[in-house]
Amino acid sequence: MSTETLEQPIVKEPSEPLLSKRRKKFITDPLNDDNPITIQVLGICSALAVTVKMQPTLVMSIAVVFVIVFSNLIISMMRNIIPGRIRIIVQLAIVATLVTLVSEFLKAYLFDMYKVLGAFVGLIITNCIVMGRLEAFAMANKAYDSVLDGLGSGFGYAWIILTVAFFRELFGSGSVFDFPVYGTIENLTGFAIPTNGLMVDSIGAFMVLGIIIWIQRTKNGYVEH
Amino acid sequence: MEAINIFIKSAFIDNMVFAYFLGMCSFLAVSKKVSTALGLGAAVIFVLTITVPINWLLQEYVLKEGALAWLGSSFETIDLSFLTFIMFIAIIAAMVQLVEMIIEKVSPSLYGSLGIFLPLIAVNCAILGASLFMVQRDYTIVEATAYGSGSGFGWFLAIIALAAIREKLKYSNVPNGLKGLGITMILTGLMGIAFKSFIGIVL
Repeated sequence: MSTETLEQPIVKEPSEPLLSKRRKKFITDPLNDDNPITIQVLGICSALAVTVKMQPTLVMSIAVVFVIVFSNLIISMMRNIIPGRIRIIVQLAIVATLVTLVSEFLKAYLFDMYKVLGAFVGLIITNCIVMGRLEAFAMANKAYDSVLDGLGSGFGYAWIILTVAFFRELFGSGSVFDFPVYGTIENLTGFAIPTNGLMVDSIGAFMVLGIIIWIQRTKNGYVEH
Repeated sequence: MEAINIFIKSAFIDNMVFAYFLGMCSFLAVSKKVSTALGLGAAVIFVLTITVPINWLLQEYVLKEGALAWLGSSFETIDLSFLTFIMFIAIIAAMVQLVEMIIEKVSPSLYGSLGIFLPLIAVNCAILGASLFMVQRDYTIVEATAYGSGSGFGWFLAIIALAAIREKLKYSNVPNGLKGLGITMILTGLMGIAFKSFIGIVL
């Protein structure tokens, strides 16, 4: 008889599946019921200015998702060694470093986009969603959960600003992703649709976002008091 | 004269809130009462007027390409502009901390009314935004100061106007889904149209 068979099997805690129900909620909640923009009122600052066209908005969304996910990951791994009193400065330093990375990347590979977005890439630093997730989630949760939470919040932010950008570009410039929708309709039917200058202006963004919030909150039955 | 022009322009025409959406988070969150809006608005004017010139000096003598030339000819080729974000946000956070300490010492009553808002200003996009725009537009130091205080003043006007409207709005019957943020966004849009009437004013 070998000794190996006598060995007690090591009792292992059943580990949580990679995408358990609890974890799925981290991703799905911010998309609708707990959306960072329409419900929590965060991150409006740097979001609306880039939504005149779809393309810069898409680049901005990717940049924000990148910054949220990695700052959540880094802060979550460091959460036990950050002194409570200076945590805001530590968080700002990490977010600023990640944003500098994004900015240098855009400057090197997408210079046209870099010129269009201008100062607004830098303003991701003060995007309240990033700081809000770091304070509320990453400081108290494990790394993997924080990454999922960052992904959820990032996508929740992205789909709202992409929707705003879609309507602003369609009504304001008559195109979608620079594809001339109004121009094509005019060529096919001979009927020219006038574009609405208000949509290119900042005012259009406020109105479109207000209406999106109205529709979404009516659907969810969320009432603010 | 140029400085006054920039002040008027940044306060009314290129208003931080209505033209660039900057400082929207605190603009929406702290505009429920006129008295608190006054406090935050005053603090923003204060911090913007201080941080924009300081960041201008930093940009001009440390960060810009060739800015370190005053240290000697071997430093002329150094370009530290990739550090802009980190340096600016550090200066802003430090300044806000300093302002908080000074106000606490000099005027405890003002500190009492501003107290909670001061730390929040460090993450107000309007502050960092003003510094980044200042870099883009190549201002001189006088113009940068005028731009900082003008932007702060414009933000102050906007938040007080919105707070006053929202105080009155409490008594009106708004559809459930529009209550709170929704109606505030539409109101901001309408106020933006009003501010558009200032376009074209040149001194």
